[in-house]
Amino acid sequence: MTLTTSAVLVPLLPFLGAVAGLLLGRSAPGFVRPLAVLPTLAAAALAVSVAVEQGGGPATDVATRLTPTGSIPIDLALHIDGFAALIAVLVGVVASCVQIYSTGYLRDDPRYPSYAALVSLFTSAMLLVVYTGDLMVLLVGWEVMGICSYFLVGHYWETKAARAASLKAFLVTKLGDVPFLFGIFALAADAGTFRITGILGHVTSGGLDHPTLIALLLLAGAAGKSAQFPLHTWLPDAMAGPTPVSALIHAATMVAAGVYVVARLLPVFAASAAALVVLAVMAAITMVGSGLAALAQDDIKRVLAYSTVGQLGYMMGALAVGDRGAAVFHLLSHGVFKALLFLGAGVIIHAAGTNSLAAMSRMSGLSRRIPDAYWTVTVALLALAAIPPFAGFFSKEAVLGAAEHAASGGAHGVPGAAGWTVLVSGLLTALLTAAYAARLWLLAFRGKGAEVPDHGRQPVVMNAMLWVLFVPTVALGLTGPYLPQWFDGRSLNPTLTTSVLGTGAALAGGLVAYAAWRHTSALAARAPLGAVAAAPDAAPGLAEELAIESHAPAYGGVAGAPDPADPGRLLLGPLHRHAAVGFHLDAVYSALFVRPVRAAATLVRFLDREVVDTYVRGAGAAPRWLGAAVRRAQTGNVQTYLGALLAGSLVLAVAAVLVATGTGA
Amino acid sequence: MTLAATAAGHGFLSPTGVEIAFLLVGIATLGAAVVTVTTRQLVHAALWLVVTLGGVAVEYLLLTAEFIAWVQVLIYVGSVVVLLLFGLMLTKAPIGRSPDADSGNRWAALIVAVAAAGALVWVVVDAFRATWIDLDGAVQGSTQSSGRTLFQYWVLPFEALSVLLLAALVGAIVLSRRAGEGKAPVAGLRNVFRTSPAPAPREDQR
Amino acid sequence: MHLAYPAVLAVLLFCTGLYGVLARRNAILVLMSVELMLNAVNLNLVAFDVWLRDTLHAGQALTLFTIAIAAAEIGIGLAIVLLVYRNRGSSDIDRLRDLAERPDGTDATDHGAQPQPDTQAEAPA
Repeated sequence: MTLTTSAVLVPLLPFLGAVAGLLLGRSAPGFVRPLAVLPTLAAAALAVSVAVEQGGGPATDVATRLTPTGSIPIDLALHIDGFAALIAVLVGVVASCVQIYSTGYLRDDPRYPSYAALVSLFTSAMLLVVYTGDLMVLLVGWEVMGICSYFLVGHYWETKAARAASLKAFLVTKLGDVPFLFGIFALAADAGTFRITGILGHVTSGGLDHPTLIALLLLAGAAGKSAQFPLHTWLPDAMAGPTPVSALIHAATMVAAGVYVVARLLPVFAASAAALVVLAVMAAITMVGSGLAALAQDDIKRVLAYSTVGQLGYMMGALAVGDRGAAVFHLLSHGVFKALLFLGAGVIIHAAGTNSLAAMSRMSGLSRRIPDAYWTVTVALLALAAIPPFAGFFSKEAVLGAAEHAASGGAHGVPGAAGWTVLVSGLLTALLTAAYAARLWLLAFRGKGAEVPDHGRQPVVMNAMLWVLFVPTVALGLTGPYLPQWFDGRSLNPTLTTSVLGTGAALAGGLVAYAAWRHTSALAARAPLGAVAAAPDAAPGLAEELAIESHAPAYGGVAGAPDPADPGRLLLGPLHRHAAVGFHLDAVYSALFVRPVRAAATLVRFLDREVVDTYVRGAGAAPRWLGAAVRRAQTGNVQTYLGALLAGSLVLAVAAVLVATGTGA
Repeated sequence: MTLAATAAGHGFLSPTGVEIAFLLVGIATLGAAVVTVTTRQLVHAALWLVVTLGGVAVEYLLLTAEFIAWVQVLIYVGSVVVLLLFGLMLTKAPIGRSPDADSGNRWAALIVAVAAAGALVWVVVDAFRATWIDLDGAVQGSTQSSGRTLFQYWVLPFEALSVLLLAALVGAIVLSRRAGEGKAPVAGLRNVFRTSPAPAPREDQR
Repeated sequence: MHLAYPAVLAVLLFCTGLYGVLARRNAILVLMSVELMLNAVNLNLVAFDVWLRDTLHAGQALTLFTIAIAAAEIGIGLAIVLLVYRNRGSSDIDRLRDLAERPDGTDATDHGAQPQPDTQAEAPA
């Protein structure tokens, strides 16, 4: 099998699986699980073989033109280089893990067939985005991912939070997609082609007319998809979806698509220093803000969601300093350990019967109940906090090293300001990341109080997938020396300065969080809190749905909880209140978009009801009145008719005479 | 033209005897006509119509159209008015004053009539201000001349008119005949055997 | 003789007839008014015939025709009036309002629409 055939099959297999799953979902339920798992596994295997064949060599470009489509041709093109091959492997592996995990997680769900088919469709679209060499085809995959995300976030559509979250995710990402579309058109109009290689060739020859405008338009789309400030607000709410979906779509892959596209088109961004600075500032705000917000969240999945936002900020920061190798390295390692964290969180939620950290901190023995999740999640949290020697450390040091390189003026064409912004905010975020990771771990696994209730054994497939992902979480960092040949060739090894600074910040953050926890954990016993959804025999997905549904009534909101024993409350001080609600960005959006739209809708309704309808009613009423008046004249009395007729003819005759003699008008 | 030549010899302020007679008879005719359309006694209206039509006949005589005048007397005064009187009787018109002889739109009718009269008089006077009829020549409408023209030049319309009159005769008979009269004996028998004088259904009358 | 005399007299007679047609309630009186209007036209025809000295005497011939047609008209008209009277029990023109719209059977249908007993009384005789 040639490289091209394998590469074509990689997105095609999950797509066929999705179609077959949708068609057979009701009629042949026995086929649903194989149809969900096997194509994805095969796609993952093929992606690995493609990566092996590609082997970090020169990029492979294959294109075919189905039909002429207008002035600028659209090609079905493949562009497989080191980035694409490795990200495809990541997508295939994580998607396979998630599909297998879901068979246990949603084993009793009546909508499992459509769920599995949508996950397959999503996987296919993501692989298409990764492999394609044409921006239009990329856009197709991009939008398919968006709609799959919408459906999957709303999987528990019986709950109000899930309905609202799915709509919000769709609308906010669309808010970015519209500028993205314009950006693609502007780029293609400038370059004369939708092919990425053609565009990049055009950029290197210096032919781009409006690099800043195009870069900013594309950036809006990437920010929407990758949940960067100010379009990040959908991601924490999207945690109302099932945990495997959060792991696959909202942690490992789809949110990375924005980063991937920026990495692909980095020369376009690099052509404009202003765009790089904007990118750096955006990444910095996202990193620090999400770190603060994550410290205040009560829902374990929302903590992870804000952490995802922050890690995506790191990737964007790496891109802002012009090092896409570091960005994609971090993308890979983050995809692995964040998928592991989410899948572990699904196990934790099932075992604890709640998604609230405040409730978990009041139950003991959770770590003994789920030892597999305990160990893997612990290591993944260490990776998240960038503690050596786990994967997160190496990738994050690569980012910080690139930022330091740019700040010192070593990177060509990258403003030093961008480098400094990313470096400083990256170090600050390293501290915050370690703090919220430590808080999560301490609250979830070091709770004191009643023994955790028994919610049954965890399905084997779920624990197995945790260990599958555990391997790269530990070991991916060791591949750092071999990766540069797959990427741009720049070294990804950690430098001493940033290693010391970053690890120091992480250790400091962890220690501060531990100290705060020691201080506040004594309070926990005095402030009883918590609601546990006990469903021992049901599927884990059901427990999660109940937990999501009961969080707002039990704790007064989907995000925070009034828990005085929360170390995050102590650490953030007065900021906690704002951080818990995402720094009121939703309120800002509400004021900026929702309320004007509502007001406009009210105005339109008023105009329609009162103004337009008045004309309509008037148009109806005037003939009615006229008809009534005319009807009154229709007395049936012939003499009246005749009199009117004669009077009229008399007037006409007089007028005719006057006109004829010229004496009248 | 002769009219233009003779026009110079006449004037409004020197009316001839014929003109004075025409005027007086015309006033009487008009008065009778006005009484005809305003009187509240229906039979009187018919009688005043006789006066009006007779006055018009006299005017025809003054215009030297004697044959027309006699025809007018014969047909209008003799037959039409009699027919109208029969009509009044057959429709059981009240004898004596009937207060509702005029309908409600009397004033509108008056306005229309007066306006029409004003407009027409104005137009007619304006048009024929200086036009005179020469009555001194040969008699225009003697029986001889009328008969000659009628049977020389107007024979075909005359005969067509006779057909029209026949059609009118037949039509009047058909209309005024009782519907279902052919079945009248049967209907009568049916009614004889009825105990109560119930009105015949309308379908029978059709 | 001045042409204005017969012309004006004809106009006034015509308008008198016009008033009668519009104002009278009894159908036979309306027919009388129609006769007045016809006579006014006849007068005009005769006067203009005399004035023009037409060799064909078209005006007088037409007058004769008009008189004949008027006689026919009065015959037909009276027949119609009699028929109406028989069916409706009234020959009042302004009560023959079947053509008027009757939304809910108000004043327009007061007398004209309902069958009169006297026509029925006549019928079986």
